[in-house]
Amino acid sequence: MNNANKEKIVAKRQKDYKEKVFHFIFLVSALVSVLSVIAIIVFVFSKGLKPFFGEGAYSFFDFITGLKWDPGNDVYGIFYMIVGSVLATLGAIVLGVPIGLLTAVFIAEIAPKKIVAIIRPAIELLAGIPSVIYGAFGLGVIVQLIKKVSPTGQGESLLAVICVLAIMILPTIITLSESSLRAVPKSYREASYGLGASKIQTIFKTVVPAAKSGILSATVLGIGRAIGETMAVMMIAGNNIGGLPNSIWSKIRPLTSNISMEMSYASGRHQDMLFATGVVLFIFILVINTVLIRLTGKMGDEGSKK
Amino acid sequence: MKDETKFSVKDLNLFYGNFQALKNINMELYKGQITAFIGPSGCGKSTFLKTINRMNDLVEGVKITGNITMDGVDIYKDMDAITLRTRVGMVFQQPNPFPMSIYDNVAYGPRIHGIRKKSVLDEIVEKSLKQAAIWEEVKDKLKKSALAVSGGQQQRICIARTLAIEPEVILMDEPTSALDPISTLKIEDLATELKKDYTIIIVTHNMQQAGRISDKTAFFLTGEVIEYGDTEQIFNNPRDKKTEDYITGRFG
Repeated sequence: MNNANKEKIVAKRQKDYKEKVFHFIFLVSALVSVLSVIAIIVFVFSKGLKPFFGEGAYSFFDFITGLKWDPGNDVYGIFYMIVGSVLATLGAIVLGVPIGLLTAVFIAEIAPKKIVAIIRPAIELLAGIPSVIYGAFGLGVIVQLIKKVSPTGQGESLLAVICVLAIMILPTIITLSESSLRAVPKSYREASYGLGASKIQTIFKTVVPAAKSGILSATVLGIGRAIGETMAVMMIAGNNIGGLPNSIWSKIRPLTSNISMEMSYASGRHQDMLFATGVVLFIFILVINTVLIRLTGKMGDEGSKK
Repeated sequence: MKDETKFSVKDLNLFYGNFQALKNINMELYKGQITAFIGPSGCGKSTFLKTINRMNDLVEGVKITGNITMDGVDIYKDMDAITLRTRVGMVFQQPNPFPMSIYDNVAYGPRIHGIRKKSVLDEIVEKSLKQAAIWEEVKDKLKKSALAVSGGQQQRICIARTLAIEPEVILMDEPTSALDPISTLKIEDLATELKKDYTIIIVTHNMQQAGRISDKTAFFLTGEVIEYGDTEQIFNNPRDKKTEDYITGRFG
């Protein structure tokens, strides 16, 4: 009896011990990502803000509004890059979201299972293609096509970037929109059909509006993906050293490719300026993520309250 | 009351794949009356209700034989589902307002049928909400979400939404099963009121409800109509032993 009790106590202690160990392992795992993000922020910001302080500081205003990037002559202006990045992202969204949404509607609501069995793996594959391959495809196909029609005679352009980014964000848009469309309760569809609505009316007046916040989140994630994309756009953007883009045929120099092209050989202030570019990019991403968190937070409420 | 046929059902069978959910149904449903379908769960009463506005068309693998006519026209052969559903509205078991404002919910039907003018829509919305006896409660919050009101109010908004397409017939699929007793009574009063202008067919689990509001009652069991007749007769003087057992609460 006594012995059995002892055994029980020992077993319990072992159990407690195990619980604690696992608790610790979980905590450490969680900390890895938190600490990483903090480390990256500290590092990028400390490097990136350095050139604007102290002796011989570079004017932050010149940096953020400048239209020319010429490290050889100590000129660092990134405004035209910001404009390029924003335009490319906007264009990708304008082109990619409607295509992605219609695809999602098709998969979720219209297509027979057999066709879905073809489309869905294709989309998954699209999501898995490394971005350097997108870049190569963009350079080999899209840029060549644009070259034929562009008034500038050159294929590397805002348009090329928009096309490739639009394709790259498709999987994100489609997958997320599809799952939010599928999450729309069947009862809404029944109600709509019950009122004599056709299938298309039901989809566009009931199902899509009900999936609105999911589709918006998909769009915001798409924006994040597009603005942060580096390798593919670097290969097809043209990367001019200055000047605002004035048409879709213009070359652009996205913030991301600015960093990736020069980081390997830059040093001193030049390198710090690349980090400063990173800071700007980082702020964009932070804003996008905040919007996303707001949106997904709202999504939970919707339906129960208003 | 003179019985004037609205629907005539002949030799209706319905299969979900290999499962036969409705067996050889023959029945006349009458205009300007409330007909109640009663029976235990899975007896086919809801399935039958949904054949009347062809909601079963949306379910995969459904096969229907026999025919149903409305005012003499075959609703499966000589009418498209959309026309049918604008003439035969439906109220569902769970209140299912769209996640939109009360106004937009009621205006949904008229809008999809091409009414765009705001003044006309305003009129329809007000009229429908009044008919559904909910106008007074919601007139100051028409722009608010329909999901923000109580379940009973939601169900009356759903009824208003159905009324807004000006159907001839209203199908109600256990419309009060998710509601509290007071809301239930309100819906029942409403149904009795609406009977003047509409033909109402109601599926209910609640026998007192069938007894209170319906003119005719059909008792369903395992996909068959066991007995169909005047509600009074069914409840007071059932001809079939199974009907009697069900009504007296011996099973179900």
